[in-house]
Amino acid sequence: MQPEVTTMPALEVTVLVSVGRHPLTGRARRADQDARGVELARSLTDAEVRLLHAGERDVSSDAALRGYLGMGFTELSLLEQPEGADVLPALAEILDETSPQLVITGERAERGEGSGLLPYLLAERLGWPLVSGLAAVESVEDGVATLLQALPRGQRRRLKVRLPAIVTVDNAAPTPRQSAYGPARRGTFETTAGPVSDDEEWAAWQVQPARQRPKRLKIVKAASARDRFKAAAAKAEGGGGQVLTDVTPEQGAEAILTLLREEDVLR
Amino acid sequence: MLDILLPTLIFAALALAALGAWRRVRLWRRGRASKVAFLRGLAAMPRRYLVDLHHVVARDKVMANTHVATAGGFVAALGLAVIVHGLGLAEGMLGWLLLAASATMFAGSLFVVRRRRNPPARLSKGPWMRLPKSLMAFSLGIFVVTLPAVGVLPSGFSQGVGGWLVALLLAGVVAWGLAELVVGMTWGGPMKHAFAGALHLAFHRRPERFADTQHGGYPSTGLKALDLDDTEAPLGVGQPTDFTWNQLLGFDACVQCGRCEAVCPAFAAGQPLNPKKLIQDMVVGMAGGSDAGYAGSPYPSQGLEDRPVGEHQGSPHGPIVAPASTKDGKALVDAETLWSCTTCRACVEECPMMIEHVDAIVDMRRHLTLEDGATPGKGAEVIDNLIATDNPGGFDPGGRLNWAADLELPLMADVERAEVLLWLGDGVFDMRNQRTLRALVKVLRAAGVDFAVLGNEERDSGDVARRLGDEATFQSLARRNIATLSQYRFECIVTCDPHSFHVLKNEYGAFYPPGQESSYPVWHHSTFINQLIESGRLRLAPGQASRVTYHDPCYLGRYNGEYEAPRAVLKALGVELVEMQRSGYRSRCCGGGGGAPITDVPGKQRIPDMRMGDVRETQAEQVVVGCPQCTAMFEGVVPPTGDEEVAVKDIAEMVAVALDTTPAATLAPRDASTPQATEEVMS
Repeated sequence: MQPEVTTMPALEVTVLVSVGRHPLTGRARRADQDARGVELARSLTDAEVRLLHAGERDVSSDAALRGYLGMGFTELSLLEQPEGADVLPALAEILDETSPQLVITGERAERGEGSGLLPYLLAERLGWPLVSGLAAVESVEDGVATLLQALPRGQRRRLKVRLPAIVTVDNAAPTPRQSAYGPARRGTFETTAGPVSDDEEWAAWQVQPARQRPKRLKIVKAASARDRFKAAAAKAEGGGGQVLTDVTPEQGAEAILTLLREEDVLR
Repeated sequence: MLDILLPTLIFAALALAALGAWRRVRLWRRGRASKVAFLRGLAAMPRRYLVDLHHVVARDKVMANTHVATAGGFVAALGLAVIVHGLGLAEGMLGWLLLAASATMFAGSLFVVRRRRNPPARLSKGPWMRLPKSLMAFSLGIFVVTLPAVGVLPSGFSQGVGGWLVALLLAGVVAWGLAELVVGMTWGGPMKHAFAGALHLAFHRRPERFADTQHGGYPSTGLKALDLDDTEAPLGVGQPTDFTWNQLLGFDACVQCGRCEAVCPAFAAGQPLNPKKLIQDMVVGMAGGSDAGYAGSPYPSQGLEDRPVGEHQGSPHGPIVAPASTKDGKALVDAETLWSCTTCRACVEECPMMIEHVDAIVDMRRHLTLEDGATPGKGAEVIDNLIATDNPGGFDPGGRLNWAADLELPLMADVERAEVLLWLGDGVFDMRNQRTLRALVKVLRAAGVDFAVLGNEERDSGDVARRLGDEATFQSLARRNIATLSQYRFECIVTCDPHSFHVLKNEYGAFYPPGQESSYPVWHHSTFINQLIESGRLRLAPGQASRVTYHDPCYLGRYNGEYEAPRAVLKALGVELVEMQRSGYRSRCCGGGGGAPITDVPGKQRIPDMRMGDVRETQAEQVVVGCPQCTAMFEGVVPPTGDEEVAVKDIAEMVAVALDTTPAATLAPRDASTPQATEEVMS
């Protein structure tokens, strides 16, 4: 989007954007986390940002996707997929083809399956590293990106990752800019046909609105304001667990495997 | 000698003026097209000048008389001078008439001199300070050179060496006068206001604002719709040439009297807006250049030193507001200047040249919001909420009637027809305004009014979206509201929100589908309650012995001309009404309009604080308002230490506590089984 600098090739960034859903009214909108991903991409210097959406196309999704165009883009690539299709193969193929250096996406979609697994499956398929919960991209130099990962309670972890990579953003990423009506209306959809693979499992599922479950009240027995503050700001008590340092990758993997077996994740 | 010099001077000045006029017209014509009734406008111009314009000027009697003498004398003197001196026809009365005209003008110019001795801060200085001298030069010069023509002085007085010198001197004085008053009129001098102003009156973008005053109505105040179907045209005004040509002409008409500056709430609060400077900036942009030549009060700068002039510049095709990508970018005006406006229309009301400041500001905001996506403060969030939930607060649109769970309000969806459609507005989500609404419902029930509400079918009227420049969201809301309204039958709409009132009454008309039009009157609740009292449907038990003052909401008063009904209701209540110094059409804004609380541009003080200061001056116990925005703004004011808090009451609440509920007096409510009719209103 920005003029290329002659000395360095522009950083090619693809942002995966989805059609969101307003939590109160259910109206289609630009998804909040994806919009944050777009904002993150816009803040990168010398980046050539491309928007990519895979999914079905109708009037309401058009309007929602135009919300991303309104953030200052002239076009959005659209992989048209029928309802209920698994978008993963199509996305993997086009990403493999266009080979961007950085793929940014939200943690999970606001409608549809919303399992949050897509970035992981995509990374697995492409064989790229994945970093979740990004707060910022600090710099990109020589094919290595310095990232700031958001941890609970405002903590940040600085990571270096070799590109190409997939990163996901959550609410710690910068607030998306306003979507302007004019550019949104003028922007165009560049439709490409991708492979369509039916999601058979999804077709067999029964979908119903979630029932709101009562929230467990956190009862803080505190005598003073100081105690209340400590209770509010306290870190979650991590029972057990162990910190391994200076171990070989094999030992680390062994420890993880043991834990997963203990927790019945793997059987 | 003078016989040759004078005609040469006069015709040279007229020729130069014509050339300047042609150049100036070309500047205006760079603006966008705008349809005007050309000949009808020109024909209506004298009346618009003598009636409408003078109606505003006459608020300052001395200045009005000064202007009548000076301008009237000048026009007459110039016309006669062309005949007498230019064409040499001094026969009979003409010379004497010219003497009278120039003498009148001279008398007027003496008052202009007096005015300029200690000019108030709102007046521009610079070239305007020399104007009285130029007026005197012209009138005196013409007077003296006319004396020989009527035979008072011998026509041979300019013979001989001394005579030659006198003639040269007189010609010089006349030339000075002609240069300022005739050539300067079209070449950008202070007298430009006469040339541009006359044409501005003829080709005004709102010709209906003149027509309406003749018929006892109120000037057109609804914003002009933006054509969203034209996908090629840039949205709103991003550069000076994006204004329509008659808007550009209007900017040129500014006489820099600063009446707008004196009444602007944002200027008084130290926010970076001065309507006069803004108009001058637009003139600078239209002609190209920097604002260094501006000689009036600059934009305030949040209580710090005023923003210096000379740092901003523009060109006809340059951006008005610097794009965000340019660091410390300065273009013609800063964005905060445009976002400081509360759209209270005080400037438009005071402007003797009939300039439409608010239209221009909203036009530029439209560009910032729709093209740049740069609505400041909470603006973007509010717009997103309006798009997603149809209300600015982002509340669940299914909960619009939660406040009235116990009132059993009849829904239009159920009854389908009613005498009154009660438009509740977004105040339904605000606990303070819910009290007002409950009071209003109680009043309507006491009067036996058959009313119904839209309930969850109602949406935000779109007022805030429109003032924030988001015309797209406004039009979407307007069209959907219109579709809802056209499903039901009712005689009128009543609302307690002047903003909804204005939008429903004056701005929805443009969005009705072809072949349909709004067929119902819209009333503010104060007007409607007054009608109920006058027709005897509502009985009040007077005897509230309190001292109150009334604050005119901008969107009820200046926008819709309703000053009387709320006062009549207060009179019927029997309370003692003390007026604030600025009330009626000069009422000062509460600071809550135009999205100003959302964009929240800092100043050195807050607008509602100043207005509550006005309230305290009256030593009233209560301030009565008729607008949820005003209520919210005033209740947010912390009284100075030691002062008692002044209660803020909506007029519906005042009426609700004064209802005469003795059985004999009460008309049987239509639905007598509802216990709410006699329920006490929380206050």
